[in-house]
Amino acid sequence: MKIHVRLFSRPKVKAAEPFPDTDYELKCPKCKTAHTRSELYERNFVCPDCGAYFRIPARDRIRMLCDEGSFVETNAKLTSVDFLDFPGYSDKITKAKSSTGELCAVVTGTMRVEGHPCAVFALDSRFIMASMGSAVGEKITRLFELATRRGLPVLGVLCSGGARMQEGIVSLMQMAKCSGAARRHSDAGLLYIALLTDPTTGGMTASIAMQGDITLAEPKTLVGFAGRRVIEQTTGSALPGNFQTSEFLLDRGFVDMIVDRESLRSTVSLLLRQHTTGKEKEA
Amino acid sequence: MNAYERLKTVRASDRKMGSDYVNAMFTDKVILCGDRRFGEDPAIMGGIGYLGDIPVTFIAMDKGSDLADRMRKHFGCPMPEGYRKALRLMKQAEKFHRPVVCIVDTLGAYPGAEGEERGQGQAIAENLFEMMGLKTPIITVVVGEGGSGGALALAVADRVYMLENAVYSVITPDGCASIIWKDSSRVEDATECLHITAEDMVKYSVAEDIIREDFENFDVMCAGMRDRILHDIGELLPLSPKKLLDGRYERFRKIGIYDDGETK
Repeated sequence: MKIHVRLFSRPKVKAAEPFPDTDYELKCPKCKTAHTRSELYERNFVCPDCGAYFRIPARDRIRMLCDEGSFVETNAKLTSVDFLDFPGYSDKITKAKSSTGELCAVVTGTMRVEGHPCAVFALDSRFIMASMGSAVGEKITRLFELATRRGLPVLGVLCSGGARMQEGIVSLMQMAKCSGAARRHSDAGLLYIALLTDPTTGGMTASIAMQGDITLAEPKTLVGFAGRRVIEQTTGSALPGNFQTSEFLLDRGFVDMIVDRESLRSTVSLLLRQHTTGKEKEA
Repeated sequence: MNAYERLKTVRASDRKMGSDYVNAMFTDKVILCGDRRFGEDPAIMGGIGYLGDIPVTFIAMDKGSDLADRMRKHFGCPMPEGYRKALRLMKQAEKFHRPVVCIVDTLGAYPGAEGEERGQGQAIAENLFEMMGLKTPIITVVVGEGGSGGALALAVADRVYMLENAVYSVITPDGCASIIWKDSSRVEDATECLHITAEDMVKYSVAEDIIREDFENFDVMCAGMRDRILHDIGELLPLSPKKLLDGRYERFRKIGIYDDGETK
């Protein structure tokens, strides 16, 4: 009887498939060759022709990291509002939604990596350059709060063009809001791993991207606060080629290590294992 | 005045600077220098002084008086060591349970190669993170321009006030114009779009209140600010660390306008 009831009721509570297998083409950032998402997924989104790293859609990033079937998405319906009536913003949101299939520039939830439970957020550069407005700020804040309640570590996969100027000052305040949630999570003795991916800039760099206990970065990733062009205009001098790359930051002591995609999952898994408390609550 | 006129007003070179407010509000001051890591950034002036009869740590951005002073202070755009000095002084204030008063007036953090090399983003991020846990009251007054993350790094506070014509923005209107319209001359339009006035700050719960300007009677105006801040300190200082920090957290936690998809 019990089994019957469970089978019967399951379709009502089942969440939407977190990883829909829609296929589309992506162009290599370096050699410009087009490849399908499914082909790239099998290759860690590394270009088969030139070896360059593609920017990874947030959902694919989580799928690559998590144990199969372990990801449970949170606040999946939360989305942006054009409350300032900012020129072009409504259109940008609509276009971003239809081109990515996402409702927000960040995907959040809980998962396991090689058996280790953690909370995860991943930003999606295809969605208005993963800029941080109210929706992104709120989802990340709620994730840190959930992780604090459940005693879970957080893995953040960062990338962003910075604060979302179309939401004015309210977006700047998201930096403080997320920082507060990250601080409380830290005060609870919990681990936060920040993984910097291309590009991580502006307000994101000046907040949660740089607040991890451990800061990882992908190779040849752009990480910086001010934009290169702004700096060149201000100072009137050309900058070295490797300026604001993850290698540059490693050299200056601002990241712990550069991790390639082959070893990312095992590195994250090892860090999670080293910080296991035994008090993680998965639901 | 419209938002653009206010922006021009606060950017005017004869506008009072951070150091003017410090000198008018605090007595028996000592100025403290250096971040103990790399250097001293004169764009942020810090120290201890008496506000009324209690010692307070003040941290004030200063654009500089004459051209030489302005160049030295990068026109009020702090370097990472400025933010790190500010944090050092805040931690020191926490140790002695002394309130912190921050005066904000900057176009933004200095956008230069050295600043990037020394972790401008990391310095600001650390301030936000540490200020969220700082167990002593923090009160911030934006007296001129509150430029983006570079301003926020001194504004994760329990109370934030705006001077009447002060502005606070996620990006400089100049930068915004060149991104949206590829035309930096459309600053005025960008200024309207960004909603940067003191009234906007109160509307979006970014600031508690607006302080009327009276530069004809600057000392009287600053005495009013001093009394206002002393009143706040009287409320905040007796709070337990938990109450203080919960209040600060909630102050920012509630900011955000979005559709959570649950309501119809």
